[in-house]
Amino acid sequence: MLTFKLAMRNLLGAGMRTWLNVAVLSFAYVIIIFYNGLIDGWNEQARRDTINWEYGQGQLWHPSYDPYDPFTLQDAHGTLPEKADSHNLMPVLITQGSIYPQGRMLSIQLKGIPANQQVLSMPTASLDTTTSALPAIIGKRMASSAKLKQGDQVLIRWRDKNGTYDAREIVITRVFDSNVGSIDNGQVWLPLQTLREMTGLDGEATLYVAGEGYNAASINGWNFRSQDDLLENIDTIIQSKKASGAIMYGLLLSIALLAIFDTQVLSIFRRQKEIGTYIALGMTRPQVVALFTLEGAANSLLATVVGSLYGIPLLIYLANTGFAMPAATDSYGLSIAERIYPAYSLALFGGTIALVVISATVVSFLPSRKISHMNPTLALKGKLQ
Amino acid sequence: MQQQNVITIEHLTKRFPVGKGEFTALKDINLQFGRGEFAGLVGPSGSGKTTMLNIIGSLDSPTEGKAIVLGKSIAELNHNESADLRNRHIGFIFQEYHLLPVYTVYENVEFSLLLQKMDAAKRKKAVMEALEWVGLTDKVDSKPAKLSGGESQRVAIARAMVKRPDILLADEPTANLDAKNAHNILQLMKKLNQELDTTFIFSTHDEKVMQYLDRMINLADGEVVKDELTVKNAEV
Repeated sequence: MLTFKLAMRNLLGAGMRTWLNVAVLSFAYVIIIFYNGLIDGWNEQARRDTINWEYGQGQLWHPSYDPYDPFTLQDAHGTLPEKADSHNLMPVLITQGSIYPQGRMLSIQLKGIPANQQVLSMPTASLDTTTSALPAIIGKRMASSAKLKQGDQVLIRWRDKNGTYDAREIVITRVFDSNVGSIDNGQVWLPLQTLREMTGLDGEATLYVAGEGYNAASINGWNFRSQDDLLENIDTIIQSKKASGAIMYGLLLSIALLAIFDTQVLSIFRRQKEIGTYIALGMTRPQVVALFTLEGAANSLLATVVGSLYGIPLLIYLANTGFAMPAATDSYGLSIAERIYPAYSLALFGGTIALVVISATVVSFLPSRKISHMNPTLALKGKLQ
Repeated sequence: MQQQNVITIEHLTKRFPVGKGEFTALKDINLQFGRGEFAGLVGPSGSGKTTMLNIIGSLDSPTEGKAIVLGKSIAELNHNESADLRNRHIGFIFQEYHLLPVYTVYENVEFSLLLQKMDAAKRKKAVMEALEWVGLTDKVDSKPAKLSGGESQRVAIARAMVKRPDILLADEPTANLDAKNAHNILQLMKKLNQELDTTFIFSTHDEKVMQYLDRMINLADGEVVKDELTVKNAEV
């Protein structure tokens, strides 16, 4: 405790040099917490939106279904065994097709979904309308790429279960706005029963989305994918974003730590007489090493206080107002809202403080070790050792 | 006058490595210092005065022979024991004062007592008493940079004496002071020597200091060439 008090006294007595180190280190604190909070907030938003709009409580896949191989769609459909518990399961039928907006042809996936479903946040009620053409809903990205808007009629073409081509007009009854691109890009959503009739796949589905209360289990050949399985890709992308962010704030932290290291080296060089005096007054060498190490480490404690003074209001403000993401981030391949709201946790604060304090202590200790080999009589004379 | 020896030096030799060879700073020194002595090691630069003080102060150790301080052989003390000896029993005064620059006068004087873990009330009483001895109670909150040379050396004396050490080692304490301040400082130290019965050992080649010494030990090239009691011609 005495050494800590002396270290704080020395540190505060060093004036501008201390406050410069503290300023850089506190900036590193705020940036690390903000960036990680942003990534965590993005992660939470991406998981929440993807669950609400696509994955539900998990999915039961037809054994032939591979979401990354559209050619599997030809065979990836069937019916659940009669004895299977289909309670809280919402069927989705997927087939390949084409759409012809303004005379162009685009390859799409036609997806059939019950209009009255409550499992996903999709506005499928808009499919339950009586129109001259087939009602269909599309996402804003699809609407943008196909230059379609609500009320437009457009031709789609598909093949039925026998491979026979057929074509019909659809009317866009709703353009929905979702952060989840994987239910939007290149997809047209139709009423499930209509798509079944169009393809001749009566009662069949490609996958089932589990709702609340579904007793998760694979059913005789159908593979159950839990939320964790389905979210694995998001987790991987988030982790890679965290890793790339770590490089950025690692550099910032390194600059701050280098400043502390430099200060320590300079201190030990310039304060040899002081070191000799401490020893002459009765401090042991380990006590002097501890004093100088604590002086360096105390920079990080002061930085915690200073960083809190301006960082906490700033972080709270950003958590409330969110951080606008540029439009180009849609191409990241996972759900990104227009505004991300950083999410801070005690673990994030505690972990960051521990990281900075431990790093600052280590870089302070390394040059301070030299004191343990110093000859006090030479130190008192200020001779280089 | 001196009832007991506080320092006994026996056949002490100190050599330092210089390049590929060695330099002998002290050669076969035999000395004794009693409690309450006011003695000086006198001689030109390089005669071994400071080396002798450093060994007595357990900042250095002999190459050969023994230095026994308060019954403890300096060469046999480990780091903690020698630090404890310095902290509790030996005070240092340096030519360049060596005050801790970021501490106030009060904190500089208090430092040794903090290391002794003395309780706050006793500590405050002892610090204020030491500052009264040196007449600096009005400077308790000043930083060393704001003090004159004489004031700085008086703070150094207060810092050395606050723990009431058995031995005070003063290395050229007046070298940076003008004549008036030097006499003031020496009178102060003489007074403390008589009141507290502390053994003072100076390293000096300053005539002003020599006037105050009770015993003068002349060193030349690392050897004692004369060890004599002096006629006191300085009034205290």
